Amino acid sequence: MESMCRSVLASLLAIALPAAAQQKFIAVASTTSTEQSGLFKHLLPIFERKSGIQVRVVALGTGQALDMGKRGDADVVFVHAKPLEEKFVADGWGVQRFEVMYNDFVLVGPKSDPAKVGGTKDIVAGLQKIKAALAPFASRGDKSGTHFAELELWKVAGVDIAKDKGPWYRDTGSGMGPTLNTAAGMNAYALTDRGTWLSFKNRGDLVISVEGDQRLFNQYGVMLVNPAKHPHVKKEMGQAFIDWVISPEGQKAIADYKIGGEQLFFPNYRK
Amino acid sequence: MDGILQAARGAFGLIVSGDAALAEIVLLSLQVSLSAVALATLFGLPLGAAIAVGRFSGRRAAVVLLNALMGLPPVVVGLVVYLMLSRAGPLGGMGLLFTPPAMVIAQAILVLPIIAALCRQAVEDAWIEYEEQLRSLGAVGLRAALTLVWDIRFSLLTAILAGLGRASAEVGAVMIVGGNIDGVTRVMTTTIALETSKGDLPLALSLGIVLIALVIALNAAAFLVKEAAQRRYG
Amino acid sequence: MHASRGILPLALHDVCFSAGGQAIIDRVSTELAAGPSTIILGANGAGKSVLMRLMHGLLQPTSGEIAWNEPDAERLRRRQAMVFQRPIMLRRSALANVIYALEVARVARAEREQIAFEALESVGLTQLAHRPARVLSGGEQQRLALARAWALHPEVLFLDEPTASLDPTATREIEMVIRAFDASGTKIVMATHNLGQARRLGDEVLFINQGRLVECAPVETFFKQPASAEAAAFIKGELPWNRCADRCWRPC
Repeated sequence: MESMCRSVLASLLAIALPAAAQQKFIAVASTTSTEQSGLFKHLLPIFERKSGIQVRVVALGTGQALDMGKRGDADVVFVHAKPLEEKFVADGWGVQRFEVMYNDFVLVGPKSDPAKVGGTKDIVAGLQKIKAALAPFASRGDKSGTHFAELELWKVAGVDIAKDKGPWYRDTGSGMGPTLNTAAGMNAYALTDRGTWLSFKNRGDLVISVEGDQRLFNQYGVMLVNPAKHPHVKKEMGQAFIDWVISPEGQKAIADYKIGGEQLFFPNYRK
Repeated sequence: MDGILQAARGAFGLIVSGDAALAEIVLLSLQVSLSAVALATLFGLPLGAAIAVGRFSGRRAAVVLLNALMGLPPVVVGLVVYLMLSRAGPLGGMGLLFTPPAMVIAQAILVLPIIAALCRQAVEDAWIEYEEQLRSLGAVGLRAALTLVWDIRFSLLTAILAGLGRASAEVGAVMIVGGNIDGVTRVMTTTIALETSKGDLPLALSLGIVLIALVIALNAAAFLVKEAAQRRYG
Repeated sequence: MHASRGILPLALHDVCFSAGGQAIIDRVSTELAAGPSTIILGANGAGKSVLMRLMHGLLQPTSGEIAWNEPDAERLRRRQAMVFQRPIMLRRSALANVIYALEVARVARAEREQIAFEALESVGLTQLAHRPARVLSGGEQQRLALARAWALHPEVLFLDEPTASLDPTATREIEMVIRAFDASGTKIVMATHNLGQARRLGDEVLFINQGRLVECAPVETFFKQPASAEAAAFIKGELPWNRCADRCWRPC
């Protein structure tokens, strides 16, 4: 019995120690789009080599990521839903919002294009056609940045989703990847960020239906969680990370990330 | 069918490639689940035995509750542990959220009722056989419970393996409290979930096969140890 | 080990024990004194084992009183030991089984091993000390059970049909051990339905039939001149094993 006790403690320590040994790290709450597109895998090692700070990314929907910041479980929040971010800072949870980069959303749908939205650049017209044809549409439904962007576009298109949603509108309540898996499985349209789409492998019959509309641009912002609200926030290291991603070097690293020769994120920090 | 064959080939390829990142993930999975099971065993066996041997009011309710808790939903456990360990939560000061120890805690909570409930049943059966002898020697209460636990240790291995199966298979709790952070808290099941959401179904399935192979190997090892020990001690 | 004042005599006053509405022990009154070895004799189902468990404290009487010459329950328990018909051995070595009993009895750690070895020697199991107890033969396990009880140096040793499931050779070995314990001054209280064994090992007989104490006499008297018809019938081998079918026990 005693020896069992000792071995349990030993193994717990063995796990806890490597985590503790790496003292210099920050926690970043971010979105699935940045994580799953592979951007962080490209960026973080460069920053880590330069600064010696390990960045631990927890990838969630934007809503959840901001919530994680509010709870004090992250040092930095790196998300894409401008109105929510501005409220986050205004409420005192974040120190200051920096615009880092943008990517764009694309509307994907089945090759057969039952709603006949292909070929246009007008996302609003595209959505109206989907609604008119009652063609299946898979929504994130998870209060993520992409979900908010989608709801905003429906509003512009004059469709009241809360009222008009029917069997054609599938609320998946899941991340970008699972939503795309669902869309591929039932040949539905879906709004996705380009990064996740490019690295997504289970496309089935899905292709891009609408892209290039100004209204599909998707701005990312980064914020330090307010140390005044959460004193344990690692403000120096967190700010060092923010300073780096908006520095010319960080911005160039973002622009350098490509999948299949295609640039995914466009740095646009302006002082 | 083609997909599964391809995945099996992929799994084999992953194993022989000795990919360092994969090895790290497998190792962390084992560390987390084995530690959780060890912790749950440490508390679960005495708890189960105490309920088996004890005579207290509310005992029958405790038995029912324990049996019911075997079906604890991992997501709920994950959520509760998350709220406890969150900076805004009561244990936030320990800074354990999104670390392997947090995952160990969540899985231990998930596994504890399984080990305790199965142990309770086994000890209760043994108590029928041993009761008079132990009482005659003056071994009662906790001492009797611990004596029984040690004496039926080979049968209890099955309870512990059931717990290990649960721990190594669950994804809901470790995803929430671990955060699936690359290189820090990413384990087999969360990797499988991640690859699935990235649409890389063959890789996800290959990883799944690796996980299943691992669990089978652990169970086979435990089975052999149990058999040899049982032959030795009767 | 032996205290100056003993826990004997043991007195039973109108002890009744019933289970499921049936009287299993019916108003038994008797007194066991230090010295003579006592045989509780009776047919299967007569209530021997239950009576012994009542004396040892494993069962509580439904009514009546069981009084030892010792008010302290803990000391009382430590001064007695019991060996059951089927030995229950822990999954550890023979030696460890004896040491376990000593540990529970709070014998000092330093003394345990030596006492255990002496006990094993007294039953001729020294060679098997390190063998797992559960792989020993039935006879060896029963001798180990005796060693485990004996190691506690009890003042009273209860034996519940200790040879009932053993072959003649093993039975003879067990009887030798019991006789040795008896000779060393331990009070032996043994339940059996074996008349030969009762004659060989007993000084006095408590004859039980259908839960009632029918006769209490020295061994020679009991076998030569049984006072009751039931005892006479039992000695002749004519007492039906179980008369419950034609005459149910009265509730206590």
